Amino acid sequence: MSGDGRGGSKAARWDLDVVAVIAVGGGIGSIARYGLARAIPTPAGGFPWATLITNVVGCAVLGGLMYLVLEVWPPSRYRRPFLGVGVCGGFTTFSTAMVETRGLLGGGHLGTAGLYLLASVVLGLLAVFGGAALARTLPRGRRRAVAVAEPEPVPSSEGQR
Amino acid sequence: MAVLLVFVGGMLGAPLRYLTDRAVQSRHDSLYPWGTFTVNVVGSFILGLIAAGVARQGWPTDVSLFVGTGVCGGLTTFSTFGYETVRLLNSGAMRFAALNVLGSLAAGLAAAAAGWALVAAL
Repeated sequence: MSGDGRGGSKAARWDLDVVAVIAVGGGIGSIARYGLARAIPTPAGGFPWATLITNVVGCAVLGGLMYLVLEVWPPSRYRRPFLGVGVCGGFTTFSTAMVETRGLLGGGHLGTAGLYLLASVVLGLLAVFGGAALARTLPRGRRRAVAVAEPEPVPSSEGQR
Repeated sequence: MAVLLVFVGGMLGAPLRYLTDRAVQSRHDSLYPWGTFTVNVVGSFILGLIAAGVARQGWPTDVSLFVGTGVCGGLTTFSTFGYETVRLLNSGAMRFAALNVLGSLAAGLAAAAAGWALVAAL
């Protein structure tokens, strides 16, 4: 009885279809993060490269994605929830970075802890800019291709927002 | 098995972040991204608990994979933290951007340390 998710009822405000898409994206992003962490293990007191790479790459992807979502691609109900909130959000992690920093501080590795925090923030922010800048250079040709290709086959079932 | 635990945990954490963010953001008018701040601090606290539980109390690693890597990893986000900070910078809200970085790191680190200390002291 929950309708199609766009009905006027209060229950529909939960947007269960969007929540489900975010869940799948979050699961996929989490596995990718786990795989990278397994591939590049961090020894006790060592610099947490895996998390740094994860977070910087995720920032770059989200920066590029948000440019495409907001400026280039036609509106889509699921693209941003799936790729942005789900995959990028599930891939990157704030909690692991904090717990790793705590571990470094607790082990007396103050320099590594400071460097890790600084690198995470500076490279993360630069990556958001860089991802957006990269996306800005790519699409020119593609922009038209997408704009022409999309509206034709997609009628109106899920277009808004 | 490990991959499944991480996947299902991430499937819970990510929507929890989305719903928390929506709930928090609808309750204030400030430029400050309180929604992301909230999930990141709460997730850091829980992961602090888990990390200490596994390292000091012999909690099973499955708990760490499911609740830690999965749920906490899916719940917290560095990419949105970075994106929202850049958005504040781009809109000229330098003070909010700086506050977001310093506040999130300080609160997140304190939360992780508190979670760790709590379980380590058991």
